Amino acid sequence: MKGESALLISPTGGGKTLAGFLPSLVELSEAHERNGIHTLYISPLKALAVDIARNLEAPVLEMALPVTIETRTGDTPHSRRKRQRENPPDILITTPEQVSLLIADPGAAHMLRHLKSIILDELHSLVTSKRGVLLSLALSRVQSFAPEARRIGLSATVADPEALQSWLAPTGNRPVPLVMGSAGAAPLIRILKSAERVPWSGHSSRYAIEEVYEEISRAKMTLIFVNTRSQAELAFQWLWEANEAHLPIALHHGSLDVGQRRKVEAAMAEGKLKAVVCTSTLDLGIDWGDVDLVIHMGAPKGSSRLLQRIGRSNHRLDSPSEALLVPSNRFEVLECEAALQAAKENAQDTEYPAVLKLDVLAQHILGRACAGPFDGHEFFAEVTRAWTYRNLTRADFDAAMDYVATGGYALRAYEKYAKLKRREDGLWRLTHPLIAQQYRLNMGTIVEAAMLKVRIASVKRRAGKRFVTGGRSLGELEEWFLSQLSIGDTFRFAGEVLRFEGLDEFGALATRTFDSDPMVPSYEGGKFPLSTYLAERVREILSSPAKWKTLPFQVQDWLAMQREKSVIPRAHQMLVETFPRAEKHYLVCYPFAGRLAQQTLGMLLTRRLERWGAQPLGFSASEYALVIWTVRDLSLMISSGRLSLEKLFDEDMLGDDLEAWLAESNLMKRTFRNAAIIAGLIERRWPGKEKTGRQVTVNSDLIYDVLRSHQPDHILLRAAWDDAADGLIDIHRLGSLLKRIKGQLLHRALDTVSPLAVPALLEIARESIYGEAHDALLAEASGALIDEAMGLV
Amino acid sequence: MPFSPKLPVPSSTRPWGLSKEHRISLNGIDFIPDLSGALFAPEFKALLIADLHLEKASNMARRGVHLPPYDTRASLMQLEAVIAQSRPEQLIFLGDSFHDDGARERIAEADLARLRALAESAATIWITGNHDPHPPTDIGGRIADHVVLGGVTLRHEPKFLDADEFEISGHLHPGSAVSQRGKRIHCKCFIADSRRLIMPAFGSFTGGLSISAPPFRALYVERNFHVWMLSRRAIYKFPGKRVS
Repeated sequence: MKGESALLISPTGGGKTLAGFLPSLVELSEAHERNGIHTLYISPLKALAVDIARNLEAPVLEMALPVTIETRTGDTPHSRRKRQRENPPDILITTPEQVSLLIADPGAAHMLRHLKSIILDELHSLVTSKRGVLLSLALSRVQSFAPEARRIGLSATVADPEALQSWLAPTGNRPVPLVMGSAGAAPLIRILKSAERVPWSGHSSRYAIEEVYEEISRAKMTLIFVNTRSQAELAFQWLWEANEAHLPIALHHGSLDVGQRRKVEAAMAEGKLKAVVCTSTLDLGIDWGDVDLVIHMGAPKGSSRLLQRIGRSNHRLDSPSEALLVPSNRFEVLECEAALQAAKENAQDTEYPAVLKLDVLAQHILGRACAGPFDGHEFFAEVTRAWTYRNLTRADFDAAMDYVATGGYALRAYEKYAKLKRREDGLWRLTHPLIAQQYRLNMGTIVEAAMLKVRIASVKRRAGKRFVTGGRSLGELEEWFLSQLSIGDTFRFAGEVLRFEGLDEFGALATRTFDSDPMVPSYEGGKFPLSTYLAERVREILSSPAKWKTLPFQVQDWLAMQREKSVIPRAHQMLVETFPRAEKHYLVCYPFAGRLAQQTLGMLLTRRLERWGAQPLGFSASEYALVIWTVRDLSLMISSGRLSLEKLFDEDMLGDDLEAWLAESNLMKRTFRNAAIIAGLIERRWPGKEKTGRQVTVNSDLIYDVLRSHQPDHILLRAAWDDAADGLIDIHRLGSLLKRIKGQLLHRALDTVSPLAVPALLEIARESIYGEAHDALLAEASGALIDEAMGLV
Repeated sequence: MPFSPKLPVPSSTRPWGLSKEHRISLNGIDFIPDLSGALFAPEFKALLIADLHLEKASNMARRGVHLPPYDTRASLMQLEAVIAQSRPEQLIFLGDSFHDDGARERIAEADLARLRALAESAATIWITGNHDPHPPTDIGGRIADHVVLGGVTLRHEPKFLDADEFEISGHLHPGSAVSQRGKRIHCKCFIADSRRLIMPAFGSFTGGLSISAPPFRALYVERNFHVWMLSRRAIYKFPGKRVS
């Protein structure tokens, strides 16, 4: 791979990071003039960048190579950045956002003109998000300074390597060659065959905690993956309740204080820990020590995700990694079985790279303008050299330019307040240097929920009054969660049960309690949707009783009961059951399309059922099933021909019904907000800084409403729609589901709930929505109050 | 028991339609809150509007924040609809009708014509606000510091009240939140006790300030007030102790 671009794929632990650096080290080992950055290494994680630098410095020192290595992350002080600009290192180790910031600097061309190599680590994790899309644009720009520089992508195994090869291509049309690392020994994966009763529903694996604890005791070091932060908190608490031997078990998730996380990582590396409960925060990264067992609590949701997590154990290629899956409910047993088979075949289901995001393009355009005057035609050519933007039309490019310049409104009201202007020389320029400063503060594609710091407080009483003062920070929690707490409420965070003591100007204050049952739960469902590939396999297992033999007996019984009481659908069919229960009528269907797509389906079906007189009352979507309940007898409506299921599930629901729902959908508003922040229409909220800057904010929901009714084709609405279709409302997946089940509906009218429907019905109590529910909830709240007042309760 | 809400019969329906259910009484006079944020006094055939903030977007655009320049049009369309519904003989704006004194210069011709037609449709009074101490004089209607309507003083900023005073004001953009089933629902709202009513901001780019914020605490003793929350389809009334 001398001097050439390439994609290097190998399972984690193949030493591919060093392989990426090797050509650079060889070239740099010869005496060379120091005249700019030679190698740019880009890692998705700041912590990883710092570790890589440390790991690389050791051999360089040993071999006494004349090579300078530096990092540049969000934490790098201004003085060092300045020095890096004046005296660039040979190897710069950095993150995608920093690359975008670097090229927005007028001095970038000078720093990067002799660039020889660009190394992209953990590329598989970057390309599926907007971060990757922004990075691809930045690389196109970098390549304009250094056309000869090679690109080396390092990736875990993916479903579609060709897409990554094309993504890497410097000119966007000739995929780079693929180098496959050795696959190593196949992992040993088991599903916990619990002696306990596997729950019907829910996302807790509490039933298995004793068995999990035993596994931990036997292994040298265990990583316990869960899907959400709240599951991590729960699992951690249960393990400590079972922890008779006082094994050192730690907790690691994204909301914890950075210092705390680093401490856990260091303890792991030193082998001081027996187990760590973690979320996807430990999906990536270098060796954290001698992990010899990976336990996955809850279903892994995707085959590739499982394989990558298993890869976190045992970084030696010659011996197999060991993993244990602990399903948290009966459907997850099927899902774990499907994942296990897929993993055995090394079948991948990673997402296709994200492409052509208009909000990201808008951000890149502003960044380009910050670097200096530019020609529109040349810039368009440069942008479309990025594989991700190869299909960008000139019209859309111009629309994005117009948006950045004046907002892109049909009513051309802001010409005189433009941010970009084309001068007589034909070049575009910023109209004010302050805009560049604003760009630096607001750039980036990660839009997080507003977070507040949580600090341990000490309480003193003086003259009968309570004085609460804040101390050590435990981490950050979502503002919406904290804002619903009252003083005295207890909640679970950072492995402890805390009592809420109020807010101060720095965030939330809390004291420790000895309660084991907090009053305010922070329920979240699975964070990742079930992958289409795994869903297919689950349907297959379900449809063929011959495959049930490997399942736990209770689950076999459950499915056998279903066959007896209702029916087992074939893999290509979708089962729809209707039955009465407690004076309501239920429709349960099993699309296996993931929570998001099924939530959208639920919204659309209830609209139709309402129109057709079935009087729907509510619905609830899980990963596997969708439940709708109504006033009218659905079985009767169907048998008398007043309701046609084929018509109910017809693809035409993606037309007017969808349009009408989206008009008021909160999901759409949330997606719009993200696009508006990325595109720079509204500024990011920096916790603590709101008060200092005279920040003027207008609620993005209001902007959405006004824009939607006055300029529905605005570029940001298009960007938001595009995101929602893939993301929160998952229209693409719903569309392919509806296509697949056309003519394949299997209906059973039953007297009562079927075994398969039980888990879905149990989920209802947990969360359920009708429409956007705000009016319903308020009506309920005011009604409940009247009842109380009238002494009815 | 699963949550199966029956959709309420709305007491008034967005976008316009005055509530038949809700009445806010001050000094023996009934005021009817509207889902749009307007307030109607049937006895006087007077329609009250607070905090329109016309041309807010174009004001922000001068600082490079290019919000959709349709806020004025959207607010005026909403206002036209409320007027068509309530047919007021008096139209009283409670201040901050214009986001700043430069709004008159920036407003589009079409919007200006609309605004003039509105001001001609009824006897119009522009109460001055901190954002518009000098409202434009060429639109129609009179300009006033405050107005007294049936013994109730209408002004922009709430003031300290004497024992026998009643007041309707705007300025603070009240908003409140109710928690139900773990969800928190925020809405603009009217807030009132028996003597003081504060109206929500009418403008399309105006938000809400929590009624738990210090300014409200200074104006209402304890939590002896009610709020009328403006949700998507209906107005909901809550006692002060239930909301935050």
